[in-house]
Amino acid sequence: MYEGAVQDLIDELGRLPGVGPKSAQRIAFHLLAADPVDVRRLVDALTEVKARVQFCTVCGNVSQEEHCRVCRDPRRSNEVICVVEEPKDVVAIERTREFRGKYHVLGGAINPIDNVGPDDLRISELMSRLADGTVTEVILATDPNVEGEATSTYLARLLVPMGLRVTRLASGLPVGGDLEYADEVTLGRAFEGRRQISA
Amino acid sequence: MHVSHLSLTDYRSYEQVELPLEPGVSALVGPNGQGKTNLVEAVGYVATLGSHRVSSDAALVRAGASRAVVRLRADRNDRSTLVELELNPGKANRAQVNRSPVRRPRDVLGILRTVLFAPEDLALVKGDPEGRRRLLDELAVQVSPRIVAVLSDYDRVLRQRGALLKSAGAARRGGRRGGSAEDSAPDLRTLDVWDAKLAQIGAQILRNRVRLVDQLRPHVARAYEQVSDGQGAAVLGYRSSLEASVDDGRPAPSPLDEPGVPHLDVSIELLEAQLLEAMSRMRRQEIERGVNLVGPHRDDLLLHLGGMPAKGYASHGESWSYALALRLASYELLTHGTPEDETGISGWGDGAEPVLILDDVFAELDSRRRGRLATLVAKAEQVLVTAAVAEDVPEQLDGARIDVMGGQVTRVR
Ligand SMILES: Nc1ncnc2c1ncn2[C@@H]1O[C@H](COP(=O)(O)OP(=O)(O)OP(=O)(O)O)[C@@H](O)[C@H]1O
Ligand SMILES: [Mg+2]
Ligand SMILES: [Zn+2]
Repeated sequence: MYEGAVQDLIDELGRLPGVGPKSAQRIAFHLLAADPVDVRRLVDALTEVKARVQFCTVCGNVSQEEHCRVCRDPRRSNEVICVVEEPKDVVAIERTREFRGKYHVLGGAINPIDNVGPDDLRISELMSRLADGTVTEVILATDPNVEGEATSTYLARLLVPMGLRVTRLASGLPVGGDLEYADEVTLGRAFEGRRQISA
Repeated sequence: MHVSHLSLTDYRSYEQVELPLEPGVSALVGPNGQGKTNLVEAVGYVATLGSHRVSSDAALVRAGASRAVVRLRADRNDRSTLVELELNPGKANRAQVNRSPVRRPRDVLGILRTVLFAPEDLALVKGDPEGRRRLLDELAVQVSPRIVAVLSDYDRVLRQRGALLKSAGAARRGGRRGGSAEDSAPDLRTLDVWDAKLAQIGAQILRNRVRLVDQLRPHVARAYEQVSDGQGAAVLGYRSSLEASVDDGRPAPSPLDEPGVPHLDVSIELLEAQLLEAMSRMRRQEIERGVNLVGPHRDDLLLHLGGMPAKGYASHGESWSYALALRLASYELLTHGTPEDETGISGWGDGAEPVLILDDVFAELDSRRRGRLATLVAKAEQVLVTAAVAEDVPEQLDGARIDVMGGQVTRVR
C-alpha cells in the first residue's frame, strides 16, 4: 500500500477493464514521473469525453450530438436496421463498407450470470423504431457466441411474427468470439451471405 | 505419431528439464515422488489441454513460479511440429505452433494424440458418471478437434441457463412467501431461448456421443476378451436424460439405452426435439431445484459385463480389465477407425496412431493381465511407461530406459 493520493490513483486505474494491479501500479508511477503538460492533456481528454460524448437517442451509438452521424446521414436507408451489442461493433461493421442502413445498439446481450435480462437491453427502443412500418429488414449482428446467439433468438421470436424480414449474419465468423475481432473481409462476407430466420 | 522431444520449464517439480524421446518403448523409472508422472502428464496435456490428475492448471505450475511452459515436438510421418504451451493460472493460456502464436490454445488440438492409462482409470468403472462422460468427450475431441468448440459452448449454455433457473426459483419461492408471483415472469421469458440453445447444442453432443459409443462397442468387446480370460462379454450402452422422470429427475430407461444396440441413424433434429420435449416436461422441477436436469451433462456411458452393470457387480480384477479395455479400445479407434464407419474416421491415414502412455499401471495388475496388456501395447509406434522399480516394466516392453531422480532425467539404456 502506498500513501493517500498514489494509492487512490492505483485503485482507480485498477478498476479499468484489462488493467490488473501490476499494470495499475506501473501506469500510476509513469504518470507521477510524466511531464505535467502530458498529464493535463489526459485529464482534459477524460473530462471532455464525459462532458461532450453522449449516446444517440435513436440508436444508442456514441455521439457528440443528440443524434449520431449515422442516424443524421440522409443517404443511408431507413428500411434496414442492423442490431449490435456495443458501439464498437458499429465501428467494426462500418469498416467493411458493406452496410448502408441504420444501427441499433442494445448495450449488451442477455446474460443471466451477470443478471442481464431483456429489460436491461434497449429492446423497447427498438420496438418503437419499428412501429411506423418504415423498417422492412432487421439484421441481427450480435456476437457469434452463446450469449449473442441467445439474444438473437430472443429478438427473432419477437420480430418474425411482426412480418419483418429478419436475418442473421452468415456463419464463418470465428465461433465463440467477438464481432470486433473478425477481419473486414470475413465480416463483409458474413453480411452478404446473411440468412433469413423464419421461426 | 511419436514425441521426439519434451521440454518443461517450471512445470510441477521441474524448473527445467529436457527429455529427448524415440519411437518404441521408453520406460521412465525412479522411486516415488521423483517426477515420472509429471513428465507423462505434460505429454498428455499437449494432446488434451488437460491433466489426467487435476482439473485446474494451477497445480501444474511449479510452486513459487508464475507460469509454466511445456514444449513438445511431435513427429508424424515426415512432418515434425513444435508445440509450445504457456500456462498462466488465472489468466489466458497461450500457445505457439512452430514458433508462431495461434489464436487460442485449442488450435493445437489434433497435433498430438495420446491414450493414457493411469491408476485413476479404475474409477471409470467404479466411479461416478462424470468420469465416463469425460472419457467420451476427450475421445471425441481427439477424433475430431472441432467438437471442442461445441463442448465449450454447451458448458456456457449450462452455466447461463443454470443461473436463470436459480434466480427464477428464488423469485418463485420469494413470491410464495408474500411477494407477487409475477416476479419470476421476466426470467421465464428468456428460459425458452435457453431451452432452445441447450437443445440445439446438446443434440450435437448427444449424437456425437451415441455414435462414438457405437464405434467403441466392438473394440471394447474385443479388447476385454483379450485382457481378461474371456468370461462374460463387455457390452457398452448409453443412458440419456431424455426420459428423465418427473418424480426424482433421474433418467428412466429410454429406447437409446438398450445395451449393445447401435444408433448410427439417430438424427440431430430428432434429438433436438426430444430434448426440448424433455425440458418442457421437467420445467417445474428444474425451476424448483435451480438445476439443469436435462441434457448430455446428465447422461452416462453404461458398462455391462455378462448382462449385468459392471459397477457394483464386477470383481476388482474384472473392473481393471474393463478399464484397460476402454483405453485399449480408444487406442484402436483412434488408430484404425471402424471398418463400417461412414463418418470419415477411417480416412485418418498414416501416422494417426496415438502415443500410448502407461502411468504406473503394471504395478496394479496381476501377472496375467500384466503380460496380456504388455503384449497388446508392445506393437504401438511409441509407448511411454512409468514405474517405480524396473521389475514393474514387463519384459515384452523392451526399449529405452530413463532414470528419473530428484528432477534429473538420465538415459541409461
Ligand atoms: N506445482 C508443483 N510444484 C512443485 N512440486 C510439485 C508440484 N506438483 C507436484 N510436485 C511434486 O512432484 C512430485 C510428484 O511427482 P510425480 O507425481 O511425477 O511422482 P512420480 O515419480 O510419478 O511418483 P510415484 O512413483 O509415486 O507415482 C511430488 O514430490 C510433488 O511434491
Ligand atoms: Mg506417478
Ligand atoms: Zn444514432
